[in-house]
Amino acid sequence: MEIETFYEVMRRQGITRRSFLKFCSLTAASLGLAPSMVPQIAHAMETKPRTPVIWLHGLECTCCSESFIRSAHPLTKDVVLSMLSLDYDDTLMAAAGHQAEEIIADIRKKYKGNFILAVEGNPPLNEDGMYCIHGGRPFVEVLKETAADAKAIISWGSCASWGCVQAAKPNPTRATPVHKVITDKPIIKVPGCPPIAEVMTAVVTYMLTFDRIPELDHQGRPKMFYGQRIHDKCYRRPHFDAGQFVEQWDDEGARKGYCLYKMGCKGPTTYNACSTVRWNDGVSFPIQSGHGCIGCSEEGFWDKGGFYNRLTDIKQFGVEANADKIGGTAAVAAGAFVVAHAAASALSRARNSRNDQSKGDK
Amino acid sequence: MSAYETQGFKLDNSGKRVVVDPVCRIEGHLRVEVNLDSNNVIRNAVSTGTMWRGLEVILKGRDPRDAWAFTERICGVCTGTHALTSVRAVEDALAIHIPENANTIRNLMQLNLYVHDHLVHFYHLHALDWVDVVSALKADPKKTSELAQSISDWPLSSPGYFRDVQNRLKKFVESGQLGPFSNGYWGSPAYKLPPEANLMAVTHYLEALDFQKEIVKVHTIFGGKNPHPNWLVGGVPCAINLNDTGAVGAINMERLNLVKSIIDRSREFIEKVYIPDLLAIASFYKDWTFGGGLSSKNVLSYGDIPQRANDYSAANLLFPRGAILNGDLSHVLEVDLRNPGEIQEFVSHSWYKYPDETKGLHPWDGITEPNYHPEGANFKGTRTKIESVDENAKYSWIKAPRWKGNAMEVGCLSRMLLGYVQPKQFPFIKETIDGVLHKLDLPVTALFSTLGRTAARGIETLYCAKLQEEQFDKLMANLKAGDTATANIEKWEPSHWPKEAKGVGFTEAPRGALGHWVKIKDTRIENYQCVVPTTWNGSPRDAKGQIGAFEAALMDTPLAKADQPLEILRTLHSFDPCLACSTHVMSPEGQELSKVTVR
Repeated sequence: MEIETFYEVMRRQGITRRSFLKFCSLTAASLGLAPSMVPQIAHAMETKPRTPVIWLHGLECTCCSESFIRSAHPLTKDVVLSMLSLDYDDTLMAAAGHQAEEIIADIRKKYKGNFILAVEGNPPLNEDGMYCIHGGRPFVEVLKETAADAKAIISWGSCASWGCVQAAKPNPTRATPVHKVITDKPIIKVPGCPPIAEVMTAVVTYMLTFDRIPELDHQGRPKMFYGQRIHDKCYRRPHFDAGQFVEQWDDEGARKGYCLYKMGCKGPTTYNACSTVRWNDGVSFPIQSGHGCIGCSEEGFWDKGGFYNRLTDIKQFGVEANADKIGGTAAVAAGAFVVAHAAASALSRARNSRNDQSKGDK
Repeated sequence: MSAYETQGFKLDNSGKRVVVDPVCRIEGHLRVEVNLDSNNVIRNAVSTGTMWRGLEVILKGRDPRDAWAFTERICGVCTGTHALTSVRAVEDALAIHIPENANTIRNLMQLNLYVHDHLVHFYHLHALDWVDVVSALKADPKKTSELAQSISDWPLSSPGYFRDVQNRLKKFVESGQLGPFSNGYWGSPAYKLPPEANLMAVTHYLEALDFQKEIVKVHTIFGGKNPHPNWLVGGVPCAINLNDTGAVGAINMERLNLVKSIIDRSREFIEKVYIPDLLAIASFYKDWTFGGGLSSKNVLSYGDIPQRANDYSAANLLFPRGAILNGDLSHVLEVDLRNPGEIQEFVSHSWYKYPDETKGLHPWDGITEPNYHPEGANFKGTRTKIESVDENAKYSWIKAPRWKGNAMEVGCLSRMLLGYVQPKQFPFIKETIDGVLHKLDLPVTALFSTLGRTAARGIETLYCAKLQEEQFDKLMANLKAGDTATANIEKWEPSHWPKEAKGVGFTEAPRGALGHWVKIKDTRIENYQCVVPTTWNGSPRDAKGQIGAFEAALMDTPLAKADQPLEILRTLHSFDPCLACSTHVMSPEGQELSKVTVR
C-alpha cells in the first residue's frame, strides 16, 4: 500500500494549507524554535509518511497514557488521527486478543526499522518474567522482540525510565527499566510520574518533524525539557532567596505562597519542566498548589528519604547549570556549599527556628 | 469438576475453549478464557489477572504520611482515589480530624475524578463495543444532524459539522493506516446502531477526547497536577487566601472561579452529550439483555462523599453504603470493614500461598507469598507460555475477596442499586433511574445486565455532576462564614503519635469499593493492605468453587462470531476493569521480606 505523507494525510482530512502552516508555527513555538524554522517543519511534514507507533504496557499504572491524552497542544485527537499512526496501544485500541497481537507482527514486518516503540511501564524479571504476562508470555519477551525491529524507543514515564514505584525497595518483582533490558537501540527517556502531557507530545512531534531524536543529556533525557531544575525557574524562588518559607501546612507563609523548601520540596534537585511548562494546559504545578515537589522524574525518588524531609544536598550552581554539569565529583562540594548558602540566605532569616531540624524524620 | 452449579450458574468447560489475551481498552493486564457450546454460547468463564507489582511489600517501614503517594501509583486511571483512601486510613489510625474545607475539597476532587473517569470510560474504553466506526462512513450527515438535534440541544450538531467529521474519518480510513481502529470487529452482526447513530457517537468520541482534559483541571488547581495530584495527611496541601497579600500564591477567587466554570461545563457536557448518547445507544440494544452476572444477587458498596468532615457513617455519606445478598432488595445489610468475619480474601485459585487455603483471611491478618505455578490437569503450555489455564487449579494473580463468604459485585451498578432501594436518602438516584427506565420502556430488572451497568455509570455521572455543584456551594458558604482552614497540623509530627496504631480508610473508587488497612508501629508502616474494586469483580474462584463477578457476567452470553470476542469485551468493559489496582499484594505481619521476594 502506498504510504502517504504527513501533509497529505492532513490535507485529505480536510485541513487547509493555511491551517497546516499555522500548525507548523505552533509546533515551532511549542518546541521553543525560532519562526525561521517553520518552513523546515512544513517541508518535513509535506514529505514524510505517518510513522507507526507501537505502545506497549508493562508493570505500570497507565498514568502516562492518561497524561498523554491530556495534551492541549497539539490535541491528542490530532496526534492520533493526523501525526502518527498509533497502530498498537492496549489502552485505546478497538481490537483485543489475537486480532491485537497480529498488529504487532504486521507492523514489525511491514515497517521493520521504521516504527517507534513507546514503552509505558517496565518488565519484571523475577519469576521468569511472569509477574507481567502478555498474551500468555512474559512481557519482557514481547518487549525484546518488538524492540529488535524498532527504529527508536521512547521510555514513557519513570517506570520505563527508572523503574518507579514497583522498583522501590525491596523491588519484589525485580522491575527493571527498559534501557537495562534493551541495549542496542536509541532510547529517549521521558521521566515523570507521569510526564507532562505537552512534553510527551512535544517529544513525539519533534521526532516526527525533524526525523531525529532530540538532544539528550547523559542520562538519556531530552535536554529541552529536562535540562534544568524545577527550582531554577520556580516562581517561588524569590521567596527562597529572601528566606521566606512555609513553616507548617496552612500557615501564613503557605497562604502567601512562600517557598516550600522546609516542607520537603524536591524542586532543587529535580530536573523537569513543571515550573515552566506547568500542568494541564498551564493551569498549575505542584508547588503552585501548595505541596512540595516530590521529585517524581528523578531516578529512585521513592527511596530518597521521606517526601517531607528537607533536602540537605541541593546542588547550588545557579540557573545556568544543567544535569550534565552537575554531579560526580562536584556533588560533595555542592552539598557543602548549599548548607552554607541555606544557612546564610535562608535559615538564619527564618523567624521561627523551631523546625530547623528536618521535619518528620524517623 | 468439568460441570457443576454455583450461585445459580451451570458451569461446563467441555466445549470449545476461546482465549482473549490481552483484553484491551482496560487499565492493566487481563486474560479471559471461555468455553462455548455448539451454539457459541458461553458455558464457562475464567478471568485471569496477569500482573503483580507488590506495592504493599514496598510500603513496609515507610513514613505513613508518604503512603498516599505510593498507593496513588497503584492506578493512574482512577488517579487520586487510592491517595484519598490512604490519607483516610492514616487519619483513622492516628485520630486526626480534618477541617471542613479539606473534606469539601477532597469531595470535589473525588467527584471530579468520577466525572472524568466515567466519561472517558464511556467514550474511549467502552463505546467501540457498541459503536461501529466504519459504519459511520455510510451515514447521511443531514439525518445524523436530525438525530442529534432530536435528542439534545448541544450546539455542535449541524449537517456540515457531521459532514466534516465524516470526511476526516473517511480520509483516515482510506489512508490504510487505521491506528487504534485497526483490526476492530467492524461489520459484526453484534453491532446494532444505524450509520447515523454511529457517526454521532464517533463524533462525540472525538469531542469527549478534547473535553476530558478540561475536566481534570480541578485536580490541577487543588493538587497541582493530573494525573496524580498531591494530597496531605491532615487536610489538603492547598492553602486558601481570599483577601490578603499573597493571595495569588494560594486558592483565591480566580482559582475558585476556574473550578466553578469547569463544574458548569462538565455538567453541560454530561447532560447534553453523554446522557443523550447513552440513551440513544441503549435504545438499539434493549434486546441484548446479557451480562447481569452477580448484580441481581450480591452487590456491595462502602459509600463515600462525607457531607460533614470526619463522619464516615452511612447516614452522612452521599454515596450509598451497604450490601445486598441473594437479590433481596428489601434488606440493605450493614458492612463493617473492621470485622474480621466480614471481608476476607482467599487464594485457593490464586498464585499465592496460605498455610490453610480452605480459609480466607481478613486484611488485618493477610498473608502474601507469591507462588507462581501454572498447573492443573487441564493446563496447557509451559511456565512461560500459557496456552490455556486450568480453573480447577491456581490461575490468577488476583486473590478472591469475599464478604461473609459471598462473591460480590462492586462498582457503579452496585452503588446505584443500593441508592435505588433507599429512596429516602437518595431521591435523585431513584428518580433518575426511574426516568431512564421509563424513557427506554424497560423494567427494573433490565438493570441487571451489561447495559444496566453502562447505564448506571451514566446516571452516576449525572449525580456526581450535581454533587460537584453542591459541594462547591458548600465550600463557598464556609468561606463566606470566615473559615479558611485547610489542614490540621496538631499531629503532623510523629512525636505526637502513639507507639502503635491501626486504621482503615475507604472510598468508592469509580470501579467500586476500595479499602486500605494500615498498621503503624514506632512511627513507621508495619503493615499496609488494600482490597480494591477489580479484586472483587475480577476475582477467580474460591475454595468453594464460587465464581467472581466478571466470570458470572460472561456466563450464558451468545457470541455472534466465535472468533471475535466482541460480546466478551462489551461485558468486561462494562465493569471498567483496572488490573493494576487488582493485583496488589498483602504482606504478612513480621514476615521477612526475603520470603516475599521470590528468588
